[in-house]
Amino acid sequence: MSAEQPTGQPPQPPAPTPSARLIATLGGIALVAGVLVVSVVEWTRPMIEANRAQALQEAVLAVVPDAVESRAFVLTDTGLVPAEQAQADGPLVHAGYDAQGRFTGAALEASGRGYADVIRFLYGYDPECQCILGISVLQSQETPGLGDRIETDPDFQASFEGLDASLNEQGTGLAHPIRAVEPGESDAPGEIDAITGATVSSEAVVDALHDSADDLLPRLAPHWSSLERSE
Amino acid sequence: MAGEREPISMDTFLRGIWRENPVFVMLLGMCPVLAVTNTTANALAMGLATTFVLVCSMALISVLRDLIPKEVRIASFIVIIATFVTIVDYAIQAISLELYSALGAFIQLIVVNCMILGRAEAFASRQPLLKTLVNSLGVGLGFTLALLCLGSVRELLGAGELLGVPVLGEAFQPWVVMLLPPGGFFVLAGWLLLFAWIKERRDHRAKTAKEATADGR
Repeated sequence: MSAEQPTGQPPQPPAPTPSARLIATLGGIALVAGVLVVSVVEWTRPMIEANRAQALQEAVLAVVPDAVESRAFVLTDTGLVPAEQAQADGPLVHAGYDAQGRFTGAALEASGRGYADVIRFLYGYDPECQCILGISVLQSQETPGLGDRIETDPDFQASFEGLDASLNEQGTGLAHPIRAVEPGESDAPGEIDAITGATVSSEAVVDALHDSADDLLPRLAPHWSSLERSE
Repeated sequence: MAGEREPISMDTFLRGIWRENPVFVMLLGMCPVLAVTNTTANALAMGLATTFVLVCSMALISVLRDLIPKEVRIASFIVIIATFVTIVDYAIQAISLELYSALGAFIQLIVVNCMILGRAEAFASRQPLLKTLVNSLGVGLGFTLALLCLGSVRELLGAGELLGVPVLGEAFQPWVVMLLPPGGFFVLAGWLLLFAWIKERRDHRAKTAKEATADGR
């Protein structure tokens, strides 16, 4: 195994290489490396952006069931502005439209601290039934086989469909808080069964959903009509 | 064993796959071996990414071997390896974001995979280009195969699937622990036991055969 090591006489200590040569070597290698990395970054950037946009698009269409296309809007103080024209930063609202161009629901983004790292997900909201349509996880590092069941458990995913998210009478927040309860014990509106073995992850999702919906839905309530198709 | 002037042979290539397999024989690069082999697809992607980095950086190091002074060789090797790791990192993001998030930080950590630096020190910095290419391909393939050995067993036992296709049926209760870090250790230990047993048996046979011929004389 050690045949690749030099054997026999220990080599004579070589004369030290002049510093200029060392610097030139390292500089040359760094230059080549820099050129290589920059060209690859430039070359792959459009592909990576397209991938991200496509992943987001798929997630939007997954949480707004009837939608076939989506457009992004930014919620500003003055109302909903198409994302391309928005000047100010604000929460993104992805409006979904069906084949006839009718507004069918909106996808909103929420995030919360999970067991391992931040969980980011989209949830669909239908202003007509004032209910959640579903969720789709965008980013999570939850434990495979346990926490990641927030993405794969069909019962957990289904429990968000049609979840009541109506506003209270003053229109300042949700009428029923959305919260996670012990598995199998959900009976009131807004209650979601946590997943056995993934309690932390499922509670994180449900709490983040509540916080986001409780904050955004009252602010969005006056603006839903502006999302009806207006070309 | 290979001397510095030994010609290229099949052995230059095969050595990395079997007799000097980086995972099962040398026990090098254990971090990705244990961390990202929870599914066959992840193991394959990690193996191929490592192979790409290994082959490209070893080729460059072999070409530059006479230009790099001894004093700065480690720094030069690391910069060269890191360059190709960054390239792979962006390439994987461009190919599939899902794969990228599954492999997580372990793509960047290929930089510090001691198997690659070891190859650079022990082989590429002393051997001509063609021989280095052949050897690195063999070692990379050996690494990929070893990762696949772990990944397929872990996915099969941990999820009842192979490459995402269910194979063990509904009745199978997945052993979730196999997908978690301890499962990596269990499966690695299992494979190492198997290889140690095969080696022992072969040595034993060779010994008895030798004794038999010695008695026959």
